[in-house]
Amino acid sequence: MTTFRPTDGAGPAIVVEGLTKRFGPTTALDGLNLRVATGEVHGFLGPNGAGKSTTLRILLGLMRADSGDVRLLDGDPWRDVATLHRRLAYVPGDVSLWPNLSGGEAIDLLGRLRGGVDTKRRDALLDRFDLDPRKKARTYSKGNRQKVALVAALASDVELLLLDEPTSGLDPLMEEVFRECIEDEKRRGRTVLLSSHILAEVEALCDRVSIIRAGRTVETGTLTELRHLTRTSIHADLAAAVPAALSSMPGVHDAVVDGTQVTCEVDTEHLDAVLRLITAVGVRSLTCQPPTLEQLFLRHYGRTGMDASDSAHTITSGAGAR
Amino acid sequence: MTAYAGVPTLVKLIGRRDRIRLAVWVYAIAALIAATAYSFRGLYHTVAAREAFGASIRANATLLALDGPLFDSSSTGGLTAWRFAGIASVIAAMASVFTVIRHTRAEEESGRLELVGAGVVGRFAPITAALYVAVGMNVVAGTLVSALMIILGTPAAGSIALGAGIAGAGIAFAGIAAVCAQFTEGSRPAIGAALSILAVTFVLRAAGDSSSRGGTSWLSWLSPIGWAQQVRPYAHERWWVLALGPVLGLVMAMFAYALVGRRDVGAGLRPPRLGPASAAPRLRTPYALAWRQQRGSLIGWSIGMVLLGLVFGSSATSVGSLVDTSSQLRDIIDRMGGTHNLTNAYFGATFGICGLIAAAYAIQATLRARSEETALRAEVLLSTPVRRLGFAGSHLLFAAIGAAVLLVGTGLGAGLAYGVARHDVGGQLAALLGAALAQWPAAVVPAAIAALLFGIAPRATTAAWGILAGFVLLGQIGPLLRLGQPVLDISPFTHTPKLPGSTVAALPLVILSAVAIALTVAGLAGFRRRDIG
Repeated sequence: MTTFRPTDGAGPAIVVEGLTKRFGPTTALDGLNLRVATGEVHGFLGPNGAGKSTTLRILLGLMRADSGDVRLLDGDPWRDVATLHRRLAYVPGDVSLWPNLSGGEAIDLLGRLRGGVDTKRRDALLDRFDLDPRKKARTYSKGNRQKVALVAALASDVELLLLDEPTSGLDPLMEEVFRECIEDEKRRGRTVLLSSHILAEVEALCDRVSIIRAGRTVETGTLTELRHLTRTSIHADLAAAVPAALSSMPGVHDAVVDGTQVTCEVDTEHLDAVLRLITAVGVRSLTCQPPTLEQLFLRHYGRTGMDASDSAHTITSGAGAR
Repeated sequence: MTAYAGVPTLVKLIGRRDRIRLAVWVYAIAALIAATAYSFRGLYHTVAAREAFGASIRANATLLALDGPLFDSSSTGGLTAWRFAGIASVIAAMASVFTVIRHTRAEEESGRLELVGAGVVGRFAPITAALYVAVGMNVVAGTLVSALMIILGTPAAGSIALGAGIAGAGIAFAGIAAVCAQFTEGSRPAIGAALSILAVTFVLRAAGDSSSRGGTSWLSWLSPIGWAQQVRPYAHERWWVLALGPVLGLVMAMFAYALVGRRDVGAGLRPPRLGPASAAPRLRTPYALAWRQQRGSLIGWSIGMVLLGLVFGSSATSVGSLVDTSSQLRDIIDRMGGTHNLTNAYFGATFGICGLIAAAYAIQATLRARSEETALRAEVLLSTPVRRLGFAGSHLLFAAIGAAVLLVGTGLGAGLAYGVARHDVGGQLAALLGAALAQWPAAVVPAAIAALLFGIAPRATTAAWGILAGFVLLGQIGPLLRLGQPVLDISPFTHTPKLPGSTVAALPLVILSAVAIALTVAGLAGFRRRDIG
């Protein structure tokens, strides 16, 4: 699983406070906050239409904020367009390329506009992503267009990568390549803002996560911090009958007792007390599932969703408890 | 019949999506004809008045080249058929081209056809539905023209021949567009190819109709635009000519069906070639990118304009040669200022047309910035250090310089052709180049309006085409409707100097340029302030 790095003392790469943006009668962003530290990979999560792409467009100076403070690499994204854009690269969610340019030409053009392409790096990336740069952009599939934009961004010598669902068109093999590349970028000290729907990807890559919904940030922090806010599922087979007190303990939910077996959900801060109670009885087997990002996600998207644990990572016996 | 499954649904879908577009095309054709017939009826009450007007037309190869042959000048119907049978046919043809390609190739290019094709829709259903709608549009327009002409009191037979002829030209081009849609992967080149064919047929007709006494008048018969006129509405109609347009349309449609059967959805007939693996060193600025995107269209338009100039220049020699036909004509020509002035007037009028074409080019070059934006490509470009002014400017530059290049092209073509005929290449070339370039300030004003819309009302940029159409109509039927000078002055093309053959007043050109610059600056200022997307 991910190893979490503490965010260090360097100034934040992105600071967004109270950002609002309206399109006619609809409010796209409604007081959004976002803070991305320099050198971190930050996951940007939210359901469709939550305002992720709008936020990125404002960060790129393509759209103007109605109100709120937005700082990007210590600059104003609306005013300091040209200087800021030299230091960042962007991969849109829906990559559209110039139909009569080949993929290689588009990569070179974007790289040169950003201040230069590292040809060796470009060729290595083309190789890793298995992309034929000679094809005309109009013949590329969605996934291949995305690869073009990714190669152009990753081959540029920039501090900040803004990626809007960059793997939505990639096959699982290429998703893996993408993860490796982002791991590399992290080691090189680049800052990445990764908007994504693929939770496994975010779990694997991101130091910190912000979850937004209806134009507002509903949660932000490291995955560990976020997990604290939610519940762990426990399934235990005990040496004797399950104590009746368990069901009424604070922080225990949805307890189902069947003789010596118990299944329940426990608030993370009460986990210690619950485990002490059942280990006092004696444990024959214990399955302890930490909340997955998916559960966090579903919870914030307005569903309770605490039972969606089929694909969860399972940690058996004492390993789950600290 | 599964290859045709889903046609009714697709026809309904097109009808729903294009209910306004289709109505506008039909209205434009019908209103143009009806307004003309109405004003002719008011202007020339008597047969004598109409005959006198007709004689002045026949003396003027310019008018014959632009509008077509005049077969019967004794009736309002005959004059109307002369004035607008050709132009209405061109509009009907354009309507067909845009409608057919929009619902075949453009749908494939956008991928929407795949969505539709995954439903119960046969292989031939999309092209069939598009052709049905295009044919239906032309039939409605033709019927409306016939009905309006009958209501205006012209003979029923001629009215029906006129309406049917216009519809026939439109139907022929629906078939031609269906074929063009099969060859390329992009809809832009398909539209370009179909409109180029339209331009060629127009020039063939113009050359055929302006040639003196037979000579090359057979050229008109090569043109579907000419057929609508050769039906001779109101002048002993030749009904069999009406069959030519639909027959050509049918043959072309069958050819298109054969091509559809041979290719994959989304693919062109020409397999796409591989491009270079890395970009040429100079592809490093938004201007270099704009050049890559716009050069094909600029080169195509330029070739067309040089050819147009050559045709105009060579038919100018026949303007004077009409003089020997009758003393009545000689009188009229003398009143118009003699053959020399007539030739000058001819060039003035033809360069006026070229100015409009250059304006159309400049609008489409300007609107490229908007289509880059809606295709989300501007977003990619503007996420790099490219500034908004650089992006917008790269396309506007093409509009301004491209319009000048096109006018130089016609001037060169006309100057060479006419100069060779007159054994005075040097003198004619200089005079006609200057005359053609004098159109430039007016030609860029509509593009500047497009730039303004792009900056402050990006969703309304297509209105620039409507404004250009308004200027054209103002110039074409404004005088017929006896609109006042202040109204005519709205059009920038009212203010271009009548060159060659008169002195140039600098002030109108300076004012036109200043207006164009002011509109563009306002548009760019708006673009810097607004959201992208």
